Amino acid sequence: MQTIISIKPVLAILASLVCVLFIMVSRNKPNVREGWALFAAIIKFAIIASMVPEILGGSRIEYTLFQVLPGISVKFIVDAFGMVFALVASFLWILAVFYSAGYMRGLEEHAQTRFNSCFALALFGAVGGAMAGNFFTLYLFYEIVSICTYPLVAHHQDEEGYEGGKKYIVYLTTTAKGLILPAMILTYVLCGTLEFPDNIMTGIFPVDANPTLVTILFICCILGFAKNGVMPFHNWLPGAMVAPTPVSALLHAVAVVKIGVFATTRVMLYVFGVETMTRLNLGIPTAYFVSFTILTASIIALTKDNLKARLAYSTVSQLSYIILGVALLTPSGVQGGIIHIANHAFSKITLFFCAGAIYVASHKKSISEMGGLGKVMPFTFAAFGIASLSMIGAPPVAGFVTKWKLLVGTMDMPSPHYIGILLVLLASTLLNVGYFAPVTFKAFFGKPPEGEVYEGVKEAPLSMVIPLFLTAIISVVIGIYPDFLMKFIQLAIPINGW
Amino acid sequence: MQDFLIMNSLGYEILSVVIFLPLAGAAVLLLLPNDNAAKIWSLVVTLLTALLSLPLYTKFDMNTAKYQFGEHHAWIPSLNIHYTLGIDGISLLLVLMTTLLMPLCVLGSWRYITKRVKPFMICLLVMETSMLGVFMALDFVLFYILWEAMLIPMFLLIAVWGGPRKTYASIKFFLYTLAGSVMLLVAIIALYLHNDGSFSIPQMMGQDYSSVFQIWVFLAFFLAFAIKVPMFPFHTWLPAAHVEAPTAGSVVLASVLLKMGTYGFLRFCLPITPEATFIFMPYILWLSIAGILYGGFTALAQSDMKKLVAYSSVGHMGFVTLGIFVLNKNGIEGAILQMINHGVTTGALFLCVGMIYERTHSRELAMATGVGRYMPIYVTFLAFFSLSSLAFPGTNSFIGEFLILVGAFAKTKVVAAFAIPGAVLAAAYMLRMLQKVVWGGTSNPDQSYLTDLSMREIVTLAPLLIFVFWIGLKPAPFIDVLSTSVNHLLTQVGDAAPQSTELAKLLLP
Repeated sequence: MQTIISIKPVLAILASLVCVLFIMVSRNKPNVREGWALFAAIIKFAIIASMVPEILGGSRIEYTLFQVLPGISVKFIVDAFGMVFALVASFLWILAVFYSAGYMRGLEEHAQTRFNSCFALALFGAVGGAMAGNFFTLYLFYEIVSICTYPLVAHHQDEEGYEGGKKYIVYLTTTAKGLILPAMILTYVLCGTLEFPDNIMTGIFPVDANPTLVTILFICCILGFAKNGVMPFHNWLPGAMVAPTPVSALLHAVAVVKIGVFATTRVMLYVFGVETMTRLNLGIPTAYFVSFTILTASIIALTKDNLKARLAYSTVSQLSYIILGVALLTPSGVQGGIIHIANHAFSKITLFFCAGAIYVASHKKSISEMGGLGKVMPFTFAAFGIASLSMIGAPPVAGFVTKWKLLVGTMDMPSPHYIGILLVLLASTLLNVGYFAPVTFKAFFGKPPEGEVYEGVKEAPLSMVIPLFLTAIISVVIGIYPDFLMKFIQLAIPINGW
Repeated sequence: MQDFLIMNSLGYEILSVVIFLPLAGAAVLLLLPNDNAAKIWSLVVTLLTALLSLPLYTKFDMNTAKYQFGEHHAWIPSLNIHYTLGIDGISLLLVLMTTLLMPLCVLGSWRYITKRVKPFMICLLVMETSMLGVFMALDFVLFYILWEAMLIPMFLLIAVWGGPRKTYASIKFFLYTLAGSVMLLVAIIALYLHNDGSFSIPQMMGQDYSSVFQIWVFLAFFLAFAIKVPMFPFHTWLPAAHVEAPTAGSVVLASVLLKMGTYGFLRFCLPITPEATFIFMPYILWLSIAGILYGGFTALAQSDMKKLVAYSSVGHMGFVTLGIFVLNKNGIEGAILQMINHGVTTGALFLCVGMIYERTHSRELAMATGVGRYMPIYVTFLAFFSLSSLAFPGTNSFIGEFLILVGAFAKTKVVAAFAIPGAVLAAAYMLRMLQKVVWGGTSNPDQSYLTDLSMREIVTLAPLLIFVFWIGLKPAPFIDVLSTSVNHLLTQVGDAAPQSTELAKLLLP
């Protein structure tokens, strides 16, 4: 593999940090302020996209910013694995800038400058995490995301907002400091380095490392990156839904939760490595462990009438698909897990965008009150329907690719475990249908709540409807034509040599 | 003499100049007509001292473990007492930190001190002389005199310019520290008698003392230094002193005075009584853990911002003693770096608390809620220093804590694992304070009368912020100067390891 030294990753990461200054300076001119955010988002995406040819050519781009201690540095690498996450996050930021301008102005929210600044900072953290070249840098940006998104979660500054924010920060910092920090330090003590290798097989642990200790570190990492929503440390996620909807959309479908699963899978594949996980038999127990989250979260989602809460639990469940895929330790399984980072991002952001559009247009939060709403907001609910299909895993939408890969990966597992995981996948698909189908169905074929007519309710502003429709279309496009993303996945997780 | 001291060759006696410049400045202060002139003069003197101390870093030879810039003069020949100065990698950074912090202390007291300004500045300058002397002295009598000399200005700082309970706090501080000092004196005399009447500190190291003698000397040292650090359970004087002390007093106390305890461990306990160090190591590790957890939990419960920072010091200093007594390179380097980090960060936090106090005349957290809206620059500084204090990656404390924990995990995983909740607690109490100050709740007191930081206040905090990120992202310049001295220290201690680890094995898994 060819290594290119280039400062591009640093520029891509810094684009959103620098833009914070401009956002603050133009705080009194909303159009200029959002203009800066949009400008930075486009620049960021362009820089990241400009690295695509090199990555597809099989190279890897590196840049070491600071040498902190021997074996520890602030170092960025762009490889196919991180590229998927970086591309998706930065692309969706562009749409989210439009959407949040429409949402925040539509509801006349306060502190929009702070909102925009923190939003940009969160992207700084997320893309930094995507391009982290070692465990230390990954941890650094993981923590930056935690701190910078607190003001977004507590945005409304009411009792509920503070309560949600408190839960958020307590869960995330406690798990990071209490589990990831010691895991990282012990890894450093055992291996003398924290650098990610260039393949997913070897990991960095010496073969003679104490198996019990490595297993404990593995458990610390699965639980410690609590942004991955794995139970029992998932509760911050529904709590964080008090945030304005664009925050829930971008951060809790793309940036925050994805840096959680991204970090988890990055560490699983690049610190522990497939060989160590196979040798110590860590894969199958992990698969069963996250299966519990997949099923339980889906069941809880069934009981939620608040649309955002239902989406939140759906997120908890879907994130575990990603970890499940990697835990299968079969080529198709790992590929299916990783591609779900992108597939879930596009579909889930559509769903959250829809929830926000519904709220701005009709001030409705409960699913039971949305009967017949599809007739006055056809585009929004059509997009919602498409994205639901993706979540369920139905063709021709993106989620189908995931589910296909996961099923193939499951069948490659040793007997009898493949039966167990197969049952989990089937049951969860049924549950997905159970909690998503009624929303769209009711909206188009149901009746409005008694004594209510949707007079004057129409589609949300175009700056909201266009992004949500775009993401829905993209969900379909990457469902029909998954090759573009699959190229990255195949580069990161080559089947030969397994 | 040549085997441990490299004589100064700069052409002027740099260490003496740095030590006595503040004292000379204090003498001139007596002649100055008014308060304003006194402030400006003190600022000039402290700045000049800081500038003059810079060659210590640039001319420092990091390839030798010997004491450098040495000065050696007979002082009281009949008793074999000398005026011997010298610094090595362990004391260099502490000296520089002290000289850097003093101008900031003067700036931080600019408006805070309204009565008896001139005496206040005299106290600060005398403090500086004695603190620098403690870090540089290589003769035990000289060390002891300066060590004791520190007590008086500090006592006055608390007793004269302190808060409502200043009498209680100052006397408690004085009695605790004095009790420790008495034991220190006993140890010094015992060593003097064992060394054929020499007070030279380097000559006392690496001697073949009997185990019993080492144990007694170690215990005497330990009591003196543990009170100074302060280690749990000798910490009770600290919150009282901090809460009542004026801002500059708190800064000096937290940033420099506490370091003298841990400096004492490194300079005296480890090299002079290595066997006893090994014998007591497990107990001290567990005491450190107790301090880390106790400090963390107590800080979490505070409603007084100064008390919160004071208890956080107990926790942070627990990390430092943990790092020292794991007795490996990572641990000790991390501990020395963490001493500097704690000086920078906690000093800055006390300055921050002082700035709020100047405005609201209260240290209550409840009175300072929700100031973020009116003091954005202030809360930005506070946020960075709080993150530094909780060892956020990328800041200075992270590097120190990381090295200490690497050392601790390499030594014994069980003890190290007990320190982790301390790191979590640090995040909890710091973020709790930060959240309250920046945001508060739904019913904050009216803060609209608050004005944001003035230029002077920004200038006070900015240098510290630079060090937060400098050490956090590029610690090599700071760690490199330690390396040789720490290696040397470890060989001094390591020789005693085999025969005295029996007890350690019993207590450490």
